[in-house]
Amino acid sequence: MDFSYTILIPLIPLAVFLLLGIFNQKIKPAVSGYIGVFGLLTSAIISFYAAYQYFFVSSKVDGVYQTFVEKTVWMNFTDTLRIDMGILIDPISVMMLIVVSVVSLMVHIYSRGYMKDDDGYTKFFAFLSLFTFSMYGLVLATNLFQIYIFWELVGVSSYLLIGYYYTKPSAVAAAKKAFIVTRFADLGFLIGILIMGYYTGTFDFEALNNPEGSAILNWASTSFMGLSAITWALILIFIGGAGKSAMLPFHIWLPDAMEGPTPVSALIHAATMVVAGIYLVARLFPMFYFVEEGFALNIVAYVGAISSLFAAIIAITQTDIKRVLAFSTMSQLGYMMMSLGVSGYDGHEGVGYMASMFHLFTHAMFKALLFLGAGSVIHAVHSNYLKDMGGLRKYMPITNITFLIAALAIAGMPPFAGFWSKDEILVAAFEHNQLIYYVGVLVAGLTAFYMFRIYFGIFWGKDKTYEHTPKESPFSMTFPLLVLALLSIVGGFIPFSEFVSADKAGFVAHLNYPLAAIAVGIGLTGIILAWVFYKKENNLADKWANAFGTFYKWSYHKFYFDEVYLFITKKILFKRVAAPIAWFDKKVVDGTMEGIGNKTVLASEKIKGMQSGRVQDYAFAFIGGVVVLAIVFIYLWTNN
Amino acid sequence: MDILSLFITVPIITILALVFTKGLKQARIVSMVGGVIQLIMAINLVFAYFKEKAVNDAIMVFTRDVVWYEHFNIHYSIGVDGVSVALLLLTAIVVLAGVFISWKMNDLPKEFFISLIVLSIGVYGFFISIDLFTLFVFFEIAVIPMYLLIGIWGTGPKEYSAMKLTLMLMGASAVLLVGILGIYFNSNADGGALTFNILEIAQVNIPFEVQKIFFPLVFIGFAVISALFPFHTWSPDGHASAPTAVSMLHAGVLMKLGGYGVFRVAMYLLPEGALHWSWFFIILAVIGVIYGAFAALKQTDLKYINAYSSVSHLGLVLFALLMLNKTSWNGAILQSLSHGFMTALFFALIGMIYSRTQTRDIYKLGGLLKVIPFISVIYVIVGLASLGLPGLSGFVAEMNIFVGAFQHEDMFYRVSTIIVVSAIVVTAVYILRAAGIMLMGPVKNEAYLNLPKVTWYEKTGILLLLIPIVGMGVAPLWLSDMILESLQPFIQAVL
Repeated sequence: MDFSYTILIPLIPLAVFLLLGIFNQKIKPAVSGYIGVFGLLTSAIISFYAAYQYFFVSSKVDGVYQTFVEKTVWMNFTDTLRIDMGILIDPISVMMLIVVSVVSLMVHIYSRGYMKDDDGYTKFFAFLSLFTFSMYGLVLATNLFQIYIFWELVGVSSYLLIGYYYTKPSAVAAAKKAFIVTRFADLGFLIGILIMGYYTGTFDFEALNNPEGSAILNWASTSFMGLSAITWALILIFIGGAGKSAMLPFHIWLPDAMEGPTPVSALIHAATMVVAGIYLVARLFPMFYFVEEGFALNIVAYVGAISSLFAAIIAITQTDIKRVLAFSTMSQLGYMMMSLGVSGYDGHEGVGYMASMFHLFTHAMFKALLFLGAGSVIHAVHSNYLKDMGGLRKYMPITNITFLIAALAIAGMPPFAGFWSKDEILVAAFEHNQLIYYVGVLVAGLTAFYMFRIYFGIFWGKDKTYEHTPKESPFSMTFPLLVLALLSIVGGFIPFSEFVSADKAGFVAHLNYPLAAIAVGIGLTGIILAWVFYKKENNLADKWANAFGTFYKWSYHKFYFDEVYLFITKKILFKRVAAPIAWFDKKVVDGTMEGIGNKTVLASEKIKGMQSGRVQDYAFAFIGGVVVLAIVFIYLWTNN
Repeated sequence: MDILSLFITVPIITILALVFTKGLKQARIVSMVGGVIQLIMAINLVFAYFKEKAVNDAIMVFTRDVVWYEHFNIHYSIGVDGVSVALLLLTAIVVLAGVFISWKMNDLPKEFFISLIVLSIGVYGFFISIDLFTLFVFFEIAVIPMYLLIGIWGTGPKEYSAMKLTLMLMGASAVLLVGILGIYFNSNADGGALTFNILEIAQVNIPFEVQKIFFPLVFIGFAVISALFPFHTWSPDGHASAPTAVSMLHAGVLMKLGGYGVFRVAMYLLPEGALHWSWFFIILAVIGVIYGAFAALKQTDLKYINAYSSVSHLGLVLFALLMLNKTSWNGAILQSLSHGFMTALFFALIGMIYSRTQTRDIYKLGGLLKVIPFISVIYVIVGLASLGLPGLSGFVAEMNIFVGAFQHEDMFYRVSTIIVVSAIVVTAVYILRAAGIMLMGPVKNEAYLNLPKVTWYEKTGILLLLIPIVGMGVAPLWLSDMILESLQPFIQAVL
């Protein structure tokens, strides 16, 4: 089966980017919006066609979905190591194509309304296209270096879009922070790639992931500080993934990234780019699973679980609705990581892998919906803060209903999409690691609580009087909400496990009724608590906050992570490293050179008479001196 | 006239024509025509090289040999391989861009352009020479006009900067000359005649004791011009005082002479010395990479930021050369090219910003994206190239260096490689810091609201440099393979 046409999927947004970027000034804003949407629509259609062909036309061979690779050499390093560019079609890359296409298309349509009066309308669509191109490239990557290349490109698109309102200092700072924090994590990724390349002799996913291949079979050949070199490489690569997916302790950039326009938050910082870290681990899953009995995979599981719980606790107390959603995203990403971490490989054993991908898929839909819904609200009341909202259900019925659907989905209520994927994650955790299972259940309860806290706070609660009566957003913005709401309802009924599984064979997943009942029960508890606290205006919440004084404060201040980072960068790196180096360079290094110069001047004062001013004399002296020096050196070595 | 000697004669003819010009308009037209011809020649040389290489597998092609001074066996001996072809192309592009950027050089224009072209003759000659003495002479021809260019057309404490730069580079030249004479007087170690010819000397087994003494001299002699720590202090002051086009040529091309010389002379002719001393110079290069990056972090003057950034980036070139394998050498050459284009463009943009706002202090600037969008966007793109964003030239070069350096299993090499790789984070910080303060945020100064727009000649200069940056970054294969193939005989000599 020939999938080479899928190369068009990334190339179309690239062409749109170049078109809009180069002719920025000459294209009318309205036209650029249409170009962006139309370009992406084409890519989305091709993506769906490819998915149809892959899953339904090209049949499995020996019960396993095949991997199709088309590639060409991009740059040669050594005789064995090189960077290829190409496309890799397998179940997860096809699934990601669908996710990226759907969310990006919806965000493009939505942005036509949301960004309507913005000066940089064309620029905005150019950046969106650049991002979508990079994300497609990342998804389709055939080797570690290609994924790293597009990894950096999505990073820079994210930088450009977070800093989109570049005259706002907070946006500029947030963009810089996002880039540098992820860059720091990418340093780990890069070193991981270098180690992997050196010890396995290849960057190719196909060669690395082959359970019978030399990369996996020979993992024990070299060790360093008690672990195999390959395990080190995997851990370092995971650090890169943790940076992009905002895992602890690299999460600090994600809440600040909310400075970007809301459609950007929905696309990049909720649905697609931030799942790149999960995708990366899933991409290398056979390596993570087989090398050193899954040592690195265990780290993935625990980092995921801790991040998930940590973020859920913070989300409870935040007052900026976009930040609540940001921490919610971090928490759900932790869920996916955790699920990968507890996964096995064969058949039903690999339920964690399947559940992680399933949750990635459903989460993309309902989280994008939540963000776009929040954008619709922000658009109407011109504020991000809960205190400026309340009773909006009367003014914005569509936003209200769709937001509620998304909230129910993320809370794991049946029959919404989140219920199905979350249930599978809990099954996987229950079967492999009880501790992580309990963390998962706790997070499920917290998720339901904080999500309904903001839902009630925005759409119910106090009846505020608004200066300008809020009104429902235009159709260009509500249409994507409706589409995503529909997907959040039906998304869970896709027989996902038959398409995506760790061993690519597919299996039939069954609902685990007792576990599902517990999860739903916990979720309902969270919702009911939120209902009691926030449905009507009351001071219950404040009372509880006071009762848990310290805990509340730590949660509200996000456990002071930002302060610690600020201390390290400003106080230590800037003041204690960079400033002394600059001083040292000026005073000591340069000072020494100057000193030598000044001494020379003094000496020359004394032998002034030799300065005749004739160039020939100088030339003679120069050559003469050199010859003398040469003779000295030659003398030195002949007498050695 | 052979295809290579044209690179000397065309600039000489341009200078002769310049002598007869009157005023800025004539001078710049003549210089531009000369520059365009050279660029066409350089592009043509690339194609000619591929054609020649298909039928001729000599190390150097298009060779020509004329006896110059028989008594010491000095020849005018020239030839090129893939490395020199690439660097000649770099030179031609930067020179032409420099002419466009100096379009409004009102002050003694004729003399300015003549000095600039003299400098370029030195550089061209250096890259095509395969005779050590000729090479050294061209090296000096390239360095000496710097004194005039900074001393006469510079800004700020220009006499001081010019003197400092010249003295340090001259000091290095003296050391280098001793090194070269040392090689020359030992080129008969196998019983032949004394010779300056690089290819012939490479066949001679110079005794280890000799290599041990002369390698550091040759290495330092060349590396000073590549701003090797701790001999880099001439560079920030020199750049800060130099006029725009001179900074461009200096950082873009002249500083590349160092890396090229190290590779072509020090490594190739004194391989055992290189192996013996590499640990020491690796330490200096690693310090340079990290130290330059951190020092750049603290600067507020755009030219100083870029100068320290050059210390860091060229430290990487020296580091890669010392890693002694094909991949890292390829990275070193690619980094030389990439840094050449990038830094020339950086200085061009800084010049444009300075000529409009009369300041280079990032804290006095702010919100430039709003007022001079074209220049600012290009600044961001070059910044991204500098911090190694894929799709731009810096990435291609750095990855070759890192992958190459990682081929050593030894702990010392591993640790120094990892330290050097970490510089990518610091680089990102200083680039984004400067861009954030200067280009973004609100417009700081009312007077900046009406800055003149970018002109056609400025745009031409920018595009000349931007195209190779993007081109190298998007499609590196032909260039990287051309260089890789040429490195084969050299790496065999070393190992």
